[in-house]
Amino acid sequence: MSENPTIPVIEMRGAEVCSMRDNGLAVIEDVSWTVAPGEFWVVAGQEQSGKSDLMMMAAGLMTPAKGSYRLFGIETQNFSESELADRLRVGFVFENGQLFNRLTIAENVALPLQYHKDLSLGAAEEKARALLELMGLTPLADITPANVGLSWLKRAALARALILQPELLLLDNPLNGLGAHHAKWWLQFLDQLWRGHEHFGGKPMTIAATAEDLRVWKSDARRFAVLREKKFSLLGSWNEVASQDDTIVMQLMEVSQGTTMLRKE
Amino acid sequence: MRTGLAKTLEFADEQLLRRAPLPRSYTNYLGRKLFLFLLTVQGLGAFALITLGVMLKKFRVAPNVMKPLVRREIFRAGMGLLPMFMFVAVALGFLVIGETVSTLARFGAINYIGTVMVVVVVRELGPLLAAFLVLARVGTANVIELGTARATGEVEALETLGIDPVHYLIVPRVIGMAAGVFSLTVYLIIGALASGYLCAFLQDVPLTPGDYFKQLADSLGWLDFALLALKTVAFGFFIAIVTCYHGLAQPLRLDDVSRVAVRAVTQGIVVCVLIDALFIVLYLVA
Repeated sequence: MSENPTIPVIEMRGAEVCSMRDNGLAVIEDVSWTVAPGEFWVVAGQEQSGKSDLMMMAAGLMTPAKGSYRLFGIETQNFSESELADRLRVGFVFENGQLFNRLTIAENVALPLQYHKDLSLGAAEEKARALLELMGLTPLADITPANVGLSWLKRAALARALILQPELLLLDNPLNGLGAHHAKWWLQFLDQLWRGHEHFGGKPMTIAATAEDLRVWKSDARRFAVLREKKFSLLGSWNEVASQDDTIVMQLMEVSQGTTMLRKE
Repeated sequence: MRTGLAKTLEFADEQLLRRAPLPRSYTNYLGRKLFLFLLTVQGLGAFALITLGVMLKKFRVAPNVMKPLVRREIFRAGMGLLPMFMFVAVALGFLVIGETVSTLARFGAINYIGTVMVVVVVRELGPLLAAFLVLARVGTANVIELGTARATGEVEALETLGIDPVHYLIVPRVIGMAAGVFSLTVYLIIGALASGYLCAFLQDVPLTPGDYFKQLADSLGWLDFALLALKTVAFGFFIAIVTCYHGLAQPLRLDDVSRVAVRAVTQGIVVCVLIDALFIVLYLVA
């Protein structure tokens, strides 16, 4: 399953994204989006604009109602058990973490390793704890998610998504609800992952994240898109975003309280 | 356009029917109920087949994860309920069987005790009572656990990790409940028969323990053992299917969970009674 640089990681053509809750409801129409290996994309949109549904479709949890979607060059309509190895090349972080409440944080992170590599709980937890230490989660390792705050839950969900060392990392609104300190940590850590973190063999990771506030993601290296009125619009680099006079893009550029604090630091 | 399990099992039509306004005429009402019944049967059948398919296909997948889960479910639906079952067995023995034995003795029908006990306790009351108790104690918890997991997005999280939710969440519960109902029924029957004799003994019924157990042994045939095993495993399997289907197979919000739990328990009781009726036919034919 080596990465082929000529095959796009994500390739949507005229795809119609439906709601995860209601299959008959189209939330975004005619999405044409190509993500090449090693790119860092930020897709911005207001609340209820279909960001989560887009990410879930990108992860292969849904197939497009119309159009086509290829993930690592494989049509997701045909995704089945035999393509499991390709599915494991994708890491997904939900907006609220969605950790398993019955398991501790360490067990949550160890579960994918245990299941797919058939490791014992001890062996899988050893690897999970190394990752938790890297992410500052060691004090929470033996606590269940119900007793952990949202900021740390999201970080644990990132650890769970990273444990199998995916090539593509999809993040659904990762900075939403985070304080300035956590948001800063996330931006720095994602940047390290994108460039190639030594814990993961130094291999650069392709990243796509959704956001409600564009300005914290400001970077010349990132590429941007926006969801407005059920449409997916490619914006390009930060310079092109900054030059937009579209109302929704301007609203997404407005400064929120948390992100003001972040920029002051 | 969901993929995998959710796509197969999301019955939008059923949701639509449930939310439809009340019909104006009695025939419309009956028709709606009939359609709902057929949709439920279709859904349960599909879910049972999918679960069986996954059980067979992924029998050897991730044993390090699955074995502890299966053990946990066997404990939850079996060993964990043993104290309650012992209490029920003693109560059943004293309240029902002891009374029956002493009444039969009063009418001089003491030679029929074995037959009556086998028909009442071994064939009918024991398995059905065990199934109802497991449904109430573990089945309800299943619906709530799985419904909450569904509503809070844990099922989608499993899918993103490449873990089949049916394999991880359903298969251990099905195995645990099938094993649990079978074992608990055996303990319930033994406990009820023993405490029933104790009750009769306390009432000075002229029956020695040797005669009592000889009558029981004479009344039991290989068919009783075979059908008891089949019936209790079927009870456990279908209780797990009904409760897991309602908890997992349909999109839920948190406020749907209690409503779905009530529906699952009702349908679980109906399914158990229907299975019991099927086995009565088998007893009569065999």
